[in-house]
Amino acid sequence: MTSTETRMAGRLGDSPLRPDGTLKVTGEFAYSSDLWHDDMVWGVTLRSPHPSARIRAIDLTDALRVPGVSAILTAKDVPGENAVGLEHLDTPALADGVVRYQGEPVALVAADHPETARRAAARIVVDYEVLPAVTDPRTALDPDTPWVHADHDNLVRDLRIRRGDPSPTAPVVVSLDFEVGMQDQAFLGPESGLAVPDGEGGVDLYVATQWLHVDQGQVCRVLGLPPEQVRLTLAGVGGAFGGREDLSMHVHACLLALHTGKPVKMSYARDESFFGHVHRHPAWLRYEFGARETGELVYAKADILFDGGAYASSTPAVVGNGGTLGLGPYRIPNVHVDARGVYTNNPTCGAMRGFGCVQAAFAHEALMDELADRIGMDRVEIRALNGMVEGDLTITGQVVDSAAPVAELIRTVRDLPLPAEPAGERDIRELPGGASNTTHGEGVRRGIGYAVTYKNVGFSEGFDDYSTARVRLEVVGGEPVATVHTAAAEVGQGLITIEQQICRTELGVEQVVVHPKDTTVGSGGSTSASRQTYVTGGAVKAACEAVRASVLRRASEALGRAELRLDGEKIVAAGGEVVASLAEVLTDPVEETVEWRHRPTYPIDPETGQGNAHVQYAFSAHRAVVDVDVELGLVKVVALDTAQDVGRALNPDAVVGQIQGGSAQGMGLALMEEIVVQDGIVKNPSFTDYLIPTILDMPPMQVKVLEYADPHAPYGVRGVGEPPTISSGPAVAAAIRAATGKPLRRVPVRPEHITF
Amino acid sequence: MDFLAPTSWAEALECKAAHPDAVAIAGGTDVMVELNFDHRRPPALLDLNRVPELADWALDDGRVRLGAGVPYVRVISELGHLLPGLAMAARTVGSPQIRNRGTVGGNLGAASPAGDSHPALLAAFASVEIGSVRGTREVPVAEFFTGVKRSVLEPDELISAVLVTPPSGPQQFSKIGTRNAMVIAVSAFGFALHPDTRTVGTGIGSAAPTPRPAPEAAAFLAGELEAAGLWSSRGALPATLATEFGRRVRDAAAPIDDVRGSAAYRSHALSVMARRTATWAWDAYRDENRSAA
Ligand SMILES: Cc1cc2nc3c(=O)[nH]c(=O)nc-3n(C[C@H](O)[C@H](O)[C@H](O)COP(=O)(O)OP(=O)(O)OC[C@H]3O[C@@H](n4cnc5c(N)ncnc54)[C@H](O)[C@@H]3O)c2cc1C
Repeated sequence: MTSTETRMAGRLGDSPLRPDGTLKVTGEFAYSSDLWHDDMVWGVTLRSPHPSARIRAIDLTDALRVPGVSAILTAKDVPGENAVGLEHLDTPALADGVVRYQGEPVALVAADHPETARRAAARIVVDYEVLPAVTDPRTALDPDTPWVHADHDNLVRDLRIRRGDPSPTAPVVVSLDFEVGMQDQAFLGPESGLAVPDGEGGVDLYVATQWLHVDQGQVCRVLGLPPEQVRLTLAGVGGAFGGREDLSMHVHACLLALHTGKPVKMSYARDESFFGHVHRHPAWLRYEFGARETGELVYAKADILFDGGAYASSTPAVVGNGGTLGLGPYRIPNVHVDARGVYTNNPTCGAMRGFGCVQAAFAHEALMDELADRIGMDRVEIRALNGMVEGDLTITGQVVDSAAPVAELIRTVRDLPLPAEPAGERDIRELPGGASNTTHGEGVRRGIGYAVTYKNVGFSEGFDDYSTARVRLEVVGGEPVATVHTAAAEVGQGLITIEQQICRTELGVEQVVVHPKDTTVGSGGSTSASRQTYVTGGAVKAACEAVRASVLRRASEALGRAELRLDGEKIVAAGGEVVASLAEVLTDPVEETVEWRHRPTYPIDPETGQGNAHVQYAFSAHRAVVDVDVELGLVKVVALDTAQDVGRALNPDAVVGQIQGGSAQGMGLALMEEIVVQDGIVKNPSFTDYLIPTILDMPPMQVKVLEYADPHAPYGVRGVGEPPTISSGPAVAAAIRAATGKPLRRVPVRPEHITF
Repeated sequence: MDFLAPTSWAEALECKAAHPDAVAIAGGTDVMVELNFDHRRPPALLDLNRVPELADWALDDGRVRLGAGVPYVRVISELGHLLPGLAMAARTVGSPQIRNRGTVGGNLGAASPAGDSHPALLAAFASVEIGSVRGTREVPVAEFFTGVKRSVLEPDELISAVLVTPPSGPQQFSKIGTRNAMVIAVSAFGFALHPDTRTVGTGIGSAAPTPRPAPEAAAFLAGELEAAGLWSSRGALPATLATEFGRRVRDAAAPIDDVRGSAAYRSHALSVMARRTATWAWDAYRDENRSAA
């Protein structure tokens, strides 16, 4: 909620300091969980302990008697339509008669203290009739499996891609089955926000999210209010990674605020957070590649199953990505892909960084290695041989119409210096197990693994993917100041800095104020799909251009001269002479608002999966070097090096930061990150047992950034955030296979998979 | 909730006698987690941080007397030579923040089967010094734990110190976790050679309802070393002997399957850790002789 003002020079290509950087490092940044209002009350959520049950009755009597409680709400208190959802409106804001996963919200309590609210919630008596739960997605579509939703079978989306010869053959055939566990976004800032009633039936919601406008639409539906009465402002976001695309406490806080007439704060505890957002889909993948003896792929078949859990969330789009991109960045003439997402009573799964490509990459990269070994070809060269190049067709028949440097990326990581071979006595912290002192070198084998990926940037399959930017130029205290206003969420990726850099570059002004992100300007679209620098960046650029044109028009009229241009803070004539300062011309502010779209994409054909589904592809490769204690199954990643084409690095430091963070997250899935679900029950909803890599697990990285500008994108940018999360994990898994000689067809790789 | 803040050991014991329901708090790295997660709502906290008698260690009558309130960071920096196994274990606890606050007394108080001090203390044949207004008693660590997160402590008792004879031979500690730091043990093992008594100390962590020694395996190894004259000759430890010792340590455990690891893996890992730590300790014992010669 703070507006940001800085006088730093920092144009495109520079790496100006982030305005929020120092505050975050020193612990002073105000996150959504720090929001405060003097007369606020606290909201808490009562959740279902069962993955599947009918609610026979809810008795609030005891809970309402707790002193300090100001409201308890259930489904029957929802004034509008009790349905939210990103793609299907299948998710009740509060469970209505039935619960479909452990942790589903059933009732809300507001009280003067969070502890009071929790105690009252514990006194709500819900009479559940426990029902059989559908917990194995592999049998979710069987005819005798019960439907998770009474009005819909368990199929969320079924995508097929058919291309080329329907029954191809090849001299070399390899196949595998792979399984990927459920990863969590594990953002540090819990779901939190503050809803403030306006006294006139409307509400202002301050919340940490990824897309204000899509939240607004859903909140309006549930509250039965028009958008003018539901205004959202972005609060400090402590990480997102896809986990804030769906609503969490948004509607709940608003319901309580409108009901009590008081500001309501909600902030999930860590364990609750594991139930408060969707996770990465676990997946079961069956792949087959056919190739010539010389290594060229002839055909590929894939069958991919995603467990979507209880509600659809973004499962259809994840299936879309898994299907259309799930064979990797390779040229494959004959293709047969089936990708499905299903409903179960497991936790709901949805968006997470890498979105459908992460799971598939583990399978296609393991199979590429298998193919290379079978043929007796180098694992890097087989990727270079089959890797896409500009002008190739994807498996949906789309022309890749900008750089596709697969061969260069994979060879670049191969050619980076390798870490020194272990020699002599080593510090145990460099060995698997680290300070836990499990080996002094015994049983330790080194392995190297490679992986390459590509990922769509922006929303696909015909989605109207736009962003809105409002830029205002005015003179304040004798100096020109630009104010940029978008609703695009800053979730830690550095969009605020990019918006400033674009304004400085386009308008030549030094001082750029970033207006708080809110719904008083048009939608910025989602901060996901690696799209904001591209799409909101494009919108800010276009708005700056419109402002510049207005300023020059005004200057022409005032000065009676044509062919003027803006040079720094000066108006310059064609001959180069300075005719006025920007400040002189800007007697009144100039403001322009632009809605900007990338090139359209198109739905794919439902029978063949063919079509121009995506707007841009981003490519990356990783090389992992691991030391594995093969007797104990412990792994130390020694090096994780990468090369990525970013089109153009508008902020080189931020680009490297995205690549490092994304790589760590992908490595985490390969090694340790898994929400363990048994019979629909989450076994490890805490950072005690949901492990993410620490500084001792993450090696230093060599990062090679390639800049092949995409001629279709503003400034030539290519999305950056997701590819590293996709290719790092498969490289780590491959390195462990190389060290151990085990097939390892499941991630996370657990010690027992290596030892037994 | 009451907050009791005694400033002497005598006062602390009186407080505990007067408020047996009060929960002692040292570093708070277990207690505060339990309070935050609402696993526990004690009527009172008994803060031991102002009790000077718990805050230091000393050599006392030939034994190390480690005050219950000494944090891990000091065990690591000051006691590597006197309590080597415990110092190694301390190095594996949590993160720097946790090692700054967490104590061995708190680890014993929590009595978790996964407490990292316990295998090291078991292997070193340590005792726990326990006090109350009724007096002081000393309990061997091997008899201290009575069940999952339960110990022999009576409601009016507090731990004052851990008592350990300085080592007569090398010690080792090894812990399995699924990441390389900041992790609860999937299983752990403490090992000590006691050449003065020609005995072997063992401690198993996270592989039974309580931390426990592997007395049969220890006696077996000590006996075989004796029979082969290795205590005196300091000859190499036969690989087969180390392996058999590992097997017997494994058989002393009673692990379960849980989200951190399977019983089968825990057993397997114990056998490997026992074999490796015994070998490292024995090699160090042989080196001692060489460097002394
Ligand atoms: C992030 C994190 C990581 C951790 N990692 C590890 C790890 O790797 N290995 C490990 O073993 N533990 C770990 N722990 C647990 C904890 O840090 C240790 O058990 C630590 O030794 C507890 O010491 P403390 O002084 O903080 O105990 P406290 O929390 O103060 O107390 C713990 C228990 O002991 C009792 N107690 C404390 N002092 C006395 C006394 N003098 N007499 C009687 N009872 C007493 C308390 O009443 C309480 O029941 C971790 C904890 C956290 C939060």
